[in-house]
Amino acid sequence: MTERLRFYQTGSFAVRNRLLPVVDASVQSDPGRANAITSGHRACQGCGEALGARYALDAAMRASGGRMVAVNATGCLEVFSTPYPETSWQIPWMHSLFGNAAAVASGVAAALRVTGRDDVRVVAQAGDGGTVDIGLGPLSGMFERNDDVLFICYDNEAYMNTGVQRSGATPPAARTMTTPAVGPHPGAPFGQGKDLPRIAMAHEIPYVATATVADLRDLEDKVTTAMSIRGARYLHVLVPCPLGWGSASRDTVRVARLATESGLFPVFEAHDGEVTSVTPIRRRVPVEDYLRIQKRYAHLFGEPPATGVIAHIQATADRNIRRYRIEEAPV
Amino acid sequence: MNGRDGTPFAITLGVGSSLANKTGSWRTERPVYRNALPPCNDACPAGENIQGWLYEAEGGDYEAAWRLLVADNPFPAIMGRVCYHPCQAACNRAHLDEAVGINAVERFLGDAALQAGWELPAPLPDTGRSVLIVGAGPSGLSAAHHLRRAGHRVVIREAGPLPGGMMRFGIPAYRLPRDVLDAEVGRLLGSGIELHLDDRVDDLMAASRGFDATFLAVGAHIGRRAYIPAGESAHILDAVGVLRDTADDQPPLLGRRVVVYGGGNTAMDAARTAKRLGAEEAIVVYRRTRDRMPAHDSEVAEALEEGVIMRWLSTIRHVDEGSMVVERMELDADGFPRPTGETEELAADSLVLALGQDVDLSLLDGVPDLEVVDGVVTVDDRMMTGHAGVFAGGDMVPSERTVTVAVGHGKQAARTIDAWLRGEEYRHAARPALADVTSLNTWYYTDAPASVRPTLDLVRRISTFDEVTLGLDEDTAVFEARRCLSCGNCFHCDNCFGVCPDNAVRKFAEGSGAGDNGRDYAFDLDYCKGCGLCVAECPSGAIDLVPEQI
Repeated sequence: MTERLRFYQTGSFAVRNRLLPVVDASVQSDPGRANAITSGHRACQGCGEALGARYALDAAMRASGGRMVAVNATGCLEVFSTPYPETSWQIPWMHSLFGNAAAVASGVAAALRVTGRDDVRVVAQAGDGGTVDIGLGPLSGMFERNDDVLFICYDNEAYMNTGVQRSGATPPAARTMTTPAVGPHPGAPFGQGKDLPRIAMAHEIPYVATATVADLRDLEDKVTTAMSIRGARYLHVLVPCPLGWGSASRDTVRVARLATESGLFPVFEAHDGEVTSVTPIRRRVPVEDYLRIQKRYAHLFGEPPATGVIAHIQATADRNIRRYRIEEAPV
Repeated sequence: MNGRDGTPFAITLGVGSSLANKTGSWRTERPVYRNALPPCNDACPAGENIQGWLYEAEGGDYEAAWRLLVADNPFPAIMGRVCYHPCQAACNRAHLDEAVGINAVERFLGDAALQAGWELPAPLPDTGRSVLIVGAGPSGLSAAHHLRRAGHRVVIREAGPLPGGMMRFGIPAYRLPRDVLDAEVGRLLGSGIELHLDDRVDDLMAASRGFDATFLAVGAHIGRRAYIPAGESAHILDAVGVLRDTADDQPPLLGRRVVVYGGGNTAMDAARTAKRLGAEEAIVVYRRTRDRMPAHDSEVAEALEEGVIMRWLSTIRHVDEGSMVVERMELDADGFPRPTGETEELAADSLVLALGQDVDLSLLDGVPDLEVVDGVVTVDDRMMTGHAGVFAGGDMVPSERTVTVAVGHGKQAARTIDAWLRGEEYRHAARPALADVTSLNTWYYTDAPASVRPTLDLVRRISTFDEVTLGLDEDTAVFEARRCLSCGNCFHCDNCFGVCPDNAVRKFAEGSGAGDNGRDYAFDLDYCKGCGLCVAECPSGAIDLVPEQI
């Protein structure tokens, strides 16, 4: 977890702090950063996933000294970055199927090992659909075998590329194409869905962490930590989707920030199945602040507002704060 | 295992880069780097670039900070002591915790310069033009500084025995130590300004002969009298006189109980001075309530700390030897004080009148086209009087009477005079949009409470003229400077470079100015989709989003 620096104007909140030594600078502030995914990709305006992927892979590139292969599941990230015959990837990158990214990555890692090139590191990446639904079987196998792969899930909470269908990571009450805002219980149902960081922790793999695009230093630190470990590692990054969430393109970072500041998205890291650090909430906000700026929750704020549903979501945030002892975390 | 044309296995077209896809064509709005006006700069009567010099101080380059500061105001060490810092009242940081202690940092820089002996920038080559300045107070000295730097010959004629004006004869030493005043004034005069002391100008038209322009800054030194029925041996003085004589080392005899009549800064200074001269009680009598006192809050608070007694809603009806009659007032529905007829006797050895000051305008007799309204000289927004070539500023023109305002007048007059001497008309530069707090993303600033300036022990405060408010040490001053939010101006945090999902921001070496509008960053409009993330995540609100012409 990032150690917070105080009293230096922006501390470590901004991408760079000119008052601090260069060694403390973020990877993203480096004009020579890898730019793993470069300009010209076809992601929507303000895409959180394009941003999160560059943040994570540039940090992984620095940590691996540029010796790295990325395996990509099907999904937005793959579709918008590689319309044949163009590619936005400036790193070795391969795509196979929607559900098999973890299996392919395991295979790449095995091939590198048997050819004596295990200094080359393997990163697999997928959206939430390719991770929590379609690719869960191969991923669970990769965890169980403790294959030497860092698997990164960019969670935008639905199948965005195909037109915003509900996934196992879609939060309750959110409107998607398949959970429309109609009927007595509009939006996605409560009590369903999968908490993949906790599923990963249950495999007792060496390293599990969550992060968001609202906290660059934290994300980069977690990638760096993950890359320093061998074996199966899992990083779950919240990446807001302006299209699917109905948020303004300029608000992508703000939405992610409110997700953590409300307690709805706990940010933590776990070693060998145990939570070892939690990122504190700096200025706690009610979940309403987070929900209101997203059209996927607009039906909660009609006349009259769905106060019961909002209270239910607030209870989820409160439970996260209890479960991860977020309020006890050192600020 | 490549195809015949060299393409990799199972591919019929060569691999191309997405750079071929110019996503900038999606854009309906474009980000533009801007410089908005920080509220501190907006509020500064001397027009200092406060955000600019704080930026330099943050990085530890105190000399660069000081140089930027003195480009607008040659008296940082004086300002850091006597300015009522309207900048801090406007500071956006107050919305987070407390305003940045700008005044304390200014003093730190001013003192650092005096200690290190940094010199003001050398004047430009002689222009052959000469300007007469009447009065060596803050306004006259400020104008002299700027005019001399521009290469003009400057002659100051001062009626008093020493330069400084009200900074010397109106502000007590416990607020502005004389060594600091002498050092900053001396440094300024050292740039080749001709100063004539004890040289009162009685006839302006005669005095200004041979000069290309004249700047009047004679101040307001005549204590205003009010008619108060008094017995023959009543001891009545005026506050300006008390302060002047004290500064002159000839303190007046005030007695054990002193009453000061008035509610302005001069009244506070007179009461605090009376305490220091040995009065057991100093009582301020003012006809309205505290919130209507023209004195600045800090002065009232410090006076109260030192045991000055306030009698609000009171007027003085009659004065005799050893006592006076005070009438209680009440506020009417419109908030105006009106007499109640209830009186009481107050034992007092002397009465000091602090009812404001008037300007001695006798030197203006015979100057045509000059307009005087309510005892002050009318000037336009560029400080020129109705008589072409004669400019005026400071306490003798209508405005708030503070050192900082006077310094600002001097600077403005110097600019106008400089243009006038070149046969041009000075035009105010367009003011950029104000960087109000809603344009900032304050998330990025760390939580940092304001530092507190140490003060002298109370016992020593009321028994000596030692300086009351002390300076900050270097660590604290830098800490304080780093609390600045840099409102409206880039401070190289790299957020725009970092948060662009399209990698459409180019970064150049810091200070190179190789980017857009002289910035160190540029937008690559071939790829910028106009999402506005950089605008939203810019901490200081230094990026605008403007509609594309489609």
